[in-house]
Amino acid sequence: MTFSMYQSLRNVPKDLEEATASFHLSGWQRFWRLDVPFAVPGLVWNTMMSMSGGWFFVVASEAITVGDTTVTLPGVGSYVALAIKQQNLPAVGYAVLTMLAVIVLYDQFLFRPIVAWADKFRFEQTASGTAPDSWMLDLFRRTRALRALSWPFVALQSMVSSIPFRWRLPWPAARASREEPSSRLLDIAWYAVIAAGTAYAGWQIYGYLAASLSPRDLAVAVGVGFVTLARVLVLIALASVIWVPIGVWIGLRPKLAERVQPLVQFLAAFPANIAFPAFVVAIVHFSLNADVWLSPLMILGTQWYILFNVIAGASAFPTDLREAASSFQLTGWRWWVKVILPGIFPYYVTGAITASGGSWNASIVAEVASWGDEQLTATGLGAYIAAATTAGDFPRVVLGITVMCIFVTLFNRLLWRPLYAFGERRLRLG
Amino acid sequence: MLDTVTPKPLVDIHKVSRSFPKGSGDDLLVLENVDLTIQSGEIVGLLGRSGSGKSTLLRIIAGLIKPSSGSAACRGEAIQGPPNGVAMVFQSFALFPWLTVLQNVELGLEALGIEPAERKKRALAAIDLIGLDGFESAFPKELSGGMRQRVGFARALVVHPDLLLMDEPFSALDVLTAETLRTDIIDLWIEGRLPIKSVLMVTHNIEEAVLMCDRILVFSSNPGRVAAEIKVELPHPRNRLDPQFRQLVDSIYARMTQRAEPRAPSIEGIQGTGVGMVLNHVSSNLISGLIESLAGDPYHGHADLPVLAASLQLESDELFHLAEALQLLRFATLNDGDLTLTDAGKRFANLETDARKKLFAEHLVAYVPLVGLIRRVLDERPTHSAPAARFRNELEDYMSEDYADETLHTIVSWGRYAEVFAYDEQSEAFSLENPH
Repeated sequence: MTFSMYQSLRNVPKDLEEATASFHLSGWQRFWRLDVPFAVPGLVWNTMMSMSGGWFFVVASEAITVGDTTVTLPGVGSYVALAIKQQNLPAVGYAVLTMLAVIVLYDQFLFRPIVAWADKFRFEQTASGTAPDSWMLDLFRRTRALRALSWPFVALQSMVSSIPFRWRLPWPAARASREEPSSRLLDIAWYAVIAAGTAYAGWQIYGYLAASLSPRDLAVAVGVGFVTLARVLVLIALASVIWVPIGVWIGLRPKLAERVQPLVQFLAAFPANIAFPAFVVAIVHFSLNADVWLSPLMILGTQWYILFNVIAGASAFPTDLREAASSFQLTGWRWWVKVILPGIFPYYVTGAITASGGSWNASIVAEVASWGDEQLTATGLGAYIAAATTAGDFPRVVLGITVMCIFVTLFNRLLWRPLYAFGERRLRLG
Repeated sequence: MLDTVTPKPLVDIHKVSRSFPKGSGDDLLVLENVDLTIQSGEIVGLLGRSGSGKSTLLRIIAGLIKPSSGSAACRGEAIQGPPNGVAMVFQSFALFPWLTVLQNVELGLEALGIEPAERKKRALAAIDLIGLDGFESAFPKELSGGMRQRVGFARALVVHPDLLLMDEPFSALDVLTAETLRTDIIDLWIEGRLPIKSVLMVTHNIEEAVLMCDRILVFSSNPGRVAAEIKVELPHPRNRLDPQFRQLVDSIYARMTQRAEPRAPSIEGIQGTGVGMVLNHVSSNLISGLIESLAGDPYHGHADLPVLAASLQLESDELFHLAEALQLLRFATLNDGDLTLTDAGKRFANLETDARKKLFAEHLVAYVPLVGLIRRVLDERPTHSAPAARFRNELEDYMSEDYADETLHTIVSWGRYAEVFAYDEQSEAFSLENPH
């Protein structure tokens, strides 16, 4: 959400900025009248996405054991944890149904109306093809009684945004002097602060770890890190091979895509860890190899990001390019390689980045799974961190987390960012 | 004994119809009983307003759409999917952004299974022919619109098609570029350097059709039908200022605006009259502007449509919509390709804003049946408000959803200008209240 806000602030259209400046709006007024409304569509979308990630971890952390302390908060997460301990499969089923109902409710009553309402802040001057629809919002707008509910908020907003604060900044106004030396000085100072902070944090971590661990522990952590990395790569590849063709097939049929997209977004919003026990039961029952068969759990919840981004990409593929390809008789693998895959590539990469990030997160919860007294452990960094947490071994927890952060950052920098940049440069349509 | 075999036509379309399923159950007829043959060695033009089905017919011939009834044959065989020997140039260029110019041009050859060395040779020859030498390794996003369309032409020509299909190929280009490209193509055609036998071109630009085509089929809309076939026997290269050229253009303008009598206000249930009239959106600014221009110098209330189009720089489609709106509101009459202001129109030109709005409102309520209906419904209801959906449903009985949307949009825009009713976009409701 923060990143989305940042992107929006950087991309505010120049002519609107100039209009607010020439009408002498103060910084505060400008923030509420221009910056915030402009950021709303992106913010709303990212809030929806963050919500689903939030569910996953709330469910996971409602029942948590660290060393000798076990904390269980009231909630569906500890309900499922208890059901696992008692080997009560029907109870897990009830939890899944409840979760489904809850998500449908807040999707229909909260998020869809907000997304449809946020459409009025969308900047493009021409109407887009299909505006998002929400029966709840329509109901709200057309009934006087419900409309009355929004009056206090409207009043509050106009009061707040008109407060005549006038900031007198001690340095030159933001837009006017971008190139001036004083603002470059500010940049240097800022970078210095960040560098110093990072160095300090790094030194603290090192000191803490060096106190109780040896380089061999580091080697172990890095080793299992590579195992998890391999798992993530294989899973993303598998999910891509399965879901990209299906996504393309659906996306190229608009009526079908319209009906399937909400369903897939719904699946992405569902916290997959509630459904883990069912799989664990199967693994235990058939005595399958935990290393191999626990892996799919990592991608269970995140594969949907690949699917719905590919569907979005295929839906957005220009009709005239499709007609040209058909008219020049491009079929078979040639069509895949030269026509459709480059066309959906930027969308695919967006989906894959989200899926891979989600899988790393999920590894902490998926690489260790239990059913009753049976505990299944796969080798991997997630299991390493989970085991260290349960044992209360703080140095190893810190080590594990540090190694995971470094892995994910490097992975993003070395693989996803270049791919994304390549997509933007070469393959972006229009 | 001499064999009098009539050469087989390249394309043979017989009684082809095409309909799309409407939301409400019955089908919307887009093309009705169209006959068309194309022989070798001619340029045929399909001319018509937007929505007259000419692009649909082109796509049927290109094998991208199937006709609902009738037969379509190309080179003697029924068309099932994109036929061999046919290539298409698109209005929006349809170039693949991730391929270079050379790769884009080679695309069709690849699909035909031609060897790489031969492909490259032919592609380079086509690029040379069309004047793009030196740009082989450029990406489409580095090229201007005119260059991109040249790539589109090269791509189509390199496969040596018998029939070249063109879907409004110059309408996305600016006037100068379009003219250059048009004359280049015609020059190549006259010199016989284009490796094709015939051309089928869709356009809504009347002068372009007369400039380029040997035969023009004029389409009428709702549903699309061939209204007239006009042979153009002027020799190439044609001169726009030639009196025969101008006469031909004039006669086509007259033909295309032929429903000269103002439409009778209320024959309910018949498509195209009464409430079920499709209204294309023209803003009140454009209407006022046209009336003022017509009233002033040099027209003094009477103007020739092609002359008006040229001096106001309007596409023929836009001008037709505007002229018909004026005719509907009884501010002008359309006759034989000429637009003449009525007395009411002359008065409108001389009034100031408030008085204009009043006059506009009078004519709107009197001559546009849908506005009269909305006003009646609003007056009758105790809350003086009505949802737009009620009127949209009625409109959809007579026309497609898209046209219903556009008609409603037009009514809202005119009604607001005339201050006949108010409209709230968020709740999609008409009312007699002033907006708060």
